[in-house]
Amino acid sequence: MEPLLVFPGPPPAAVGHALAMASYTWKSVTSLADAEQYEPEDGWSGGVVCADDQPDAAFALCRALRKRDVPFAPLLLVLSPQQLGALELREDLFDDFCATPCDPRELEARLAHLFWRTGRGLRPELVEYGPLVLNLETYQASVAGRPLSLTFMEYELLKFLATHPGKVFTRETLLSRVWGYEYYGGARTVDVHIRRLRAKLGEEQANLISTVRSVGYRFGQSRWAL
Amino acid sequence: MDSQKDYVLRTVEERGIRFVQLWFTDVLGIPKAFNITPAELENALDEGMTFDGSAIDGFSRVQESDVLAVPDPKTFQLLPYLTGGAPVARVVCDILNLDGTPFEGDPRYVLRRALDQARDQGFSFYVAPELEYFYFEPPGAPGQPPHPLDEGSYFELMGNDRATALRRETVLMLEEMGIPVEYSQHEDAPSQHEIDLRYTDAMTMADTVMLVRVVVKEMAARSGILATFMPKPLSGVQGSGMHTHMSLFDGDTNAFYDDSDEYHLSEVARQFIAGVLHHAREITAITNQWVNSYKRLIVSQEDQPLIEAPVYLSWAQNNRSALVRVPPTKKGKRDSTRIEYRSPDPSTNPYLAWAVVLAAGLAGVKGHYQLPKEASANIYRMSAQERLAEGINALPASLAEALDVMEGSELVAGALGEHVFEWFLRNKRAEWAAYKAEVTPFEVRRYLEAL
Repeated sequence: MEPLLVFPGPPPAAVGHALAMASYTWKSVTSLADAEQYEPEDGWSGGVVCADDQPDAAFALCRALRKRDVPFAPLLLVLSPQQLGALELREDLFDDFCATPCDPRELEARLAHLFWRTGRGLRPELVEYGPLVLNLETYQASVAGRPLSLTFMEYELLKFLATHPGKVFTRETLLSRVWGYEYYGGARTVDVHIRRLRAKLGEEQANLISTVRSVGYRFGQSRWAL
Repeated sequence: MDSQKDYVLRTVEERGIRFVQLWFTDVLGIPKAFNITPAELENALDEGMTFDGSAIDGFSRVQESDVLAVPDPKTFQLLPYLTGGAPVARVVCDILNLDGTPFEGDPRYVLRRALDQARDQGFSFYVAPELEYFYFEPPGAPGQPPHPLDEGSYFELMGNDRATALRRETVLMLEEMGIPVEYSQHEDAPSQHEIDLRYTDAMTMADTVMLVRVVVKEMAARSGILATFMPKPLSGVQGSGMHTHMSLFDGDTNAFYDDSDEYHLSEVARQFIAGVLHHAREITAITNQWVNSYKRLIVSQEDQPLIEAPVYLSWAQNNRSALVRVPPTKKGKRDSTRIEYRSPDPSTNPYLAWAVVLAAGLAGVKGHYQLPKEASANIYRMSAQERLAEGINALPASLAEALDVMEGSELVAGALGEHVFEWFLRNKRAEWAAYKAEVTPFEVRRYLEAL
């Protein structure tokens, strides 16, 4: 699991304690620029933003993260009881909140619940997007309950795309991220596999993977294309 | 690597697969397989399965006959055309010697070596074949000519529909297996059909062609129809070819493309074509490996319908009689610039065929061969002297001639390796000898009473 984003750096002691208890890996950031610079290759697995100290910076960070093509999630907001009124009209900026002083066990339980709900994290190994379901544990993929018979590389490519919906990848990126260094045949290999995946997804679902002209491929809809 | 194996094992378990077919190909391009149970699969993936190669065409050796089939987990896939009972999957194998070195008789190894050489020169090799084949009624008495589905019947429409429906079903099956198809029915000969495959790298495509041939035949057999990739099953009409579109890519860049050229052909492309043309006669025994293959490579007589098989060593953009055609591409479509080699037939061994064509083309690139002038429109109608004057040579006219030319070819010996080269020549000489000893209906009809 990729690390959690934690704001600010260093975080309040209770938050640090809760994260350590739950054995999450995390990285603290002090700004949006930090959040982008230190973002792991597969994206942050979630975030804990503490607003009690610098509320303006904290809400601005939440807003920027939520405005991405794929809105940042799950996001847990930590704030003081006096700030609860500020949550009004900001409901879209967080998935859950916790008022200080908070018990580390409560924080841990809330995080675990958030991960369970969004299908990420330690336990659930399912990736779902519309009718497409990938079970990362059994390596099986299905569309509307119909199992897909994929080759290993087709599966790996679909997994990579489906876990990064809405994001555009160049063929080179896909090649290095999915095939690693063992590929045989250059970036066109990516086109070949995309075509095969589309054929297997079937006509109705073939547009799950769209070609972004002169850039590469994207899985699912861009948030702004709707 | 381990996650690939894991993937295969988990899928076998999750999908309730009861048999896994281990596929490989003999030197003549005939698919071979043996079934193993899921219990044996893990071991097979780790260590390979030992089997006696002496019964396989082209695998026999003097001393050691045992070889190892080692599954390539990348090629694992389900075979949905096998219906009834538990699902079956296949995985293509590399053949190794017991000491783990590649077995020199394995066609996949021959192609891999050629692709490695291309890679050393900085290229990856992409191909897209067009497979032609015929549908026939199941054979009646032996020796009778085959009966097309849509000829000699008042129910032509019905017959047509049967074949068309079958082809459509077959294409859908291929799509389901992740083999994208662009297809069209051939109008030229009765019951002849064509399946065009979208390009992939040559190794994947060779594996795919082996699979497509089996799927086409299996799907037809299920409907009581015979599908055949025999190059020339009927006299007087066009035979079946496997025109192959080819390009070399240097990373992400089409090495065949040059914007400034009239045909958008780069120097590499021109040298590659020159190499293919220069060595075409030497590689023809491989791309057209049966006695029957040469009945397709003919020029129709003037009073007969035109048969568009390539015979003369020539290239052109729009002339479909040329051996190498440069399909016109839309401006700016740099990735689709390619060349089409038109002599191979669909009964060739695709691994060997693309290995020798690639070797021929790369020899042209390496040796900076000069591309001859583009063929004028009507080579077929030129007299022998006119062709001689233009320096236009012809492909071998028979398997015997092709073998003679191949035997003297350093290029083919190098591309195939000693083992395959020698075995192939020996096997094909025997085929030719058996054919020569046969008195054909042609001779009886022509000579029995007259002489």
